[in-house]
Amino acid sequence: MSAAVVTGIGVAVPNGMGKDDFWAAALRGESAIRTVQRFDVSSYPSKLAGEIAGFEPTDHLNGRLIPQTDRMTQVALAASDWALADAGVEPDTYDTTEMGVATSGASGGLEYGQRELDNLWGAGPDHVSVYMSFAWFYAVNSGQISIRHGMRGPAGVLVSDQAGGLDAVAQARRNIRKGTRLFLTGGVDSSFCPYGWVSRMSAGDVSTSEDPATAYLPFDERARGHVPGEGGAILVVEDADTARARGARPYGEIAGYGASCDAAAKHGGAPGLRRAIETALADAGAAPGDIGVVFADGSGSRADDRIEAEAIAGVFGPGAVPVTVPKTMTGRMNSGGAPADLAYALMSLREGVIPPTINVRTLAPGYEIDLVIGEPRPWQPGAALVLARGKGGFNSAMVLRAIA
Amino acid sequence: MRQITLRELQDVIRECAGEDESAQSLVDAANEPFDQLGYDSLALLETQARVRRDYGVDFSEADLSDIATPQEFLDFVNNLLMAAA
Repeated sequence: MSAAVVTGIGVAVPNGMGKDDFWAAALRGESAIRTVQRFDVSSYPSKLAGEIAGFEPTDHLNGRLIPQTDRMTQVALAASDWALADAGVEPDTYDTTEMGVATSGASGGLEYGQRELDNLWGAGPDHVSVYMSFAWFYAVNSGQISIRHGMRGPAGVLVSDQAGGLDAVAQARRNIRKGTRLFLTGGVDSSFCPYGWVSRMSAGDVSTSEDPATAYLPFDERARGHVPGEGGAILVVEDADTARARGARPYGEIAGYGASCDAAAKHGGAPGLRRAIETALADAGAAPGDIGVVFADGSGSRADDRIEAEAIAGVFGPGAVPVTVPKTMTGRMNSGGAPADLAYALMSLREGVIPPTINVRTLAPGYEIDLVIGEPRPWQPGAALVLARGKGGFNSAMVLRAIA
Repeated sequence: MRQITLRELQDVIRECAGEDESAQSLVDAANEPFDQLGYDSLALLETQARVRRDYGVDFSEADLSDIATPQEFLDFVNNLLMAAA
């Protein structure tokens, strides 16, 4: 069985579009958090977000695609193009069934859905677009990516909130192991419309701060929830032999994966995050000491921060491994967040530097983690761990390893 | 009596299915099959719904199966409009 390696990165996050911009912004510690511009947010309790500015769909997509795509799909399609270009892959040189697609989705195309619901209740059923039949749907990013690049192998969507971003990439690895040669995987989410906004607020933990510098402070003693973000990443994953044969230069190997689910609060029991981490390490054949950096989920709500800090310190030892949350610059991008973290981790493996966590100053008492605050930190690339947790008790962990 | 012209059909279909700068104008391609012009069944379904609504013609999704080109679409709708007048 050949290893699954990442050979292409297509990333679209609020502080940088494309691999080069996104990485430069991360190292500068550049925040994209500000008042929502996409709709009038003034009457809502939460007002800040990490928004992608200046993305013009017609710069990237044929006009025929615009009426049938939500913003999240438009961004995902652009990211899929960038990923393939970065990998130097030309899909038409493959058999269509040798290529698959697995993405994550947390909410579907809510902006599109809200517009059509407005049409339904405001103007009548005759005014609802036929494209509503799929444009809002969780699986639509996988479907449109599959159509765009002629990828007719295994395809699917993973829906487990923020954790789904890792679950999707694990699904890609599973299919690579079964013989699919190439996968586009990852996830992009966006739901900056009133419908999406209130959905996020009802899920809880959205910061009501109006100060971009203090609204989202994971692990900080002042933590008060998170700021939503939009975007994510699409990655090219191939089996190592295929990648080697065509002379590709992989960013890293998807070496290990673990997932767990928390019991409902009424049943009690230990949080599952530590189990997910230990499963991923075992799957990678890695000891805790092999991991050189942890990209934390960084919920920003105190109860979740505590669970995560304890899980990391419990597995690795107090302060024994650098931990970072670049999402402090972008906000939490739902199912796009973990794929973006994979992109940060892969760039860290290649460049030998860990992007910082911004705005955090003082860790809450009892959090025994070594958070990389304010400035990037050099490291000796070996292996990185990415964590992602979703509402509903989803915990996922993925180990990425440098190619020897 | 109201009739739909090729140019009007082009405007409707572009609004429904999106503009493609490189695509051939319907006015110059009235007898080209829709699929050759890059319009799939959903694009036609959306166009049919819009024409039904805006022109008040009673035609259904099933009628589309016999319509392959812009000219056939036009003839079908104009016959219905004439019959209704």
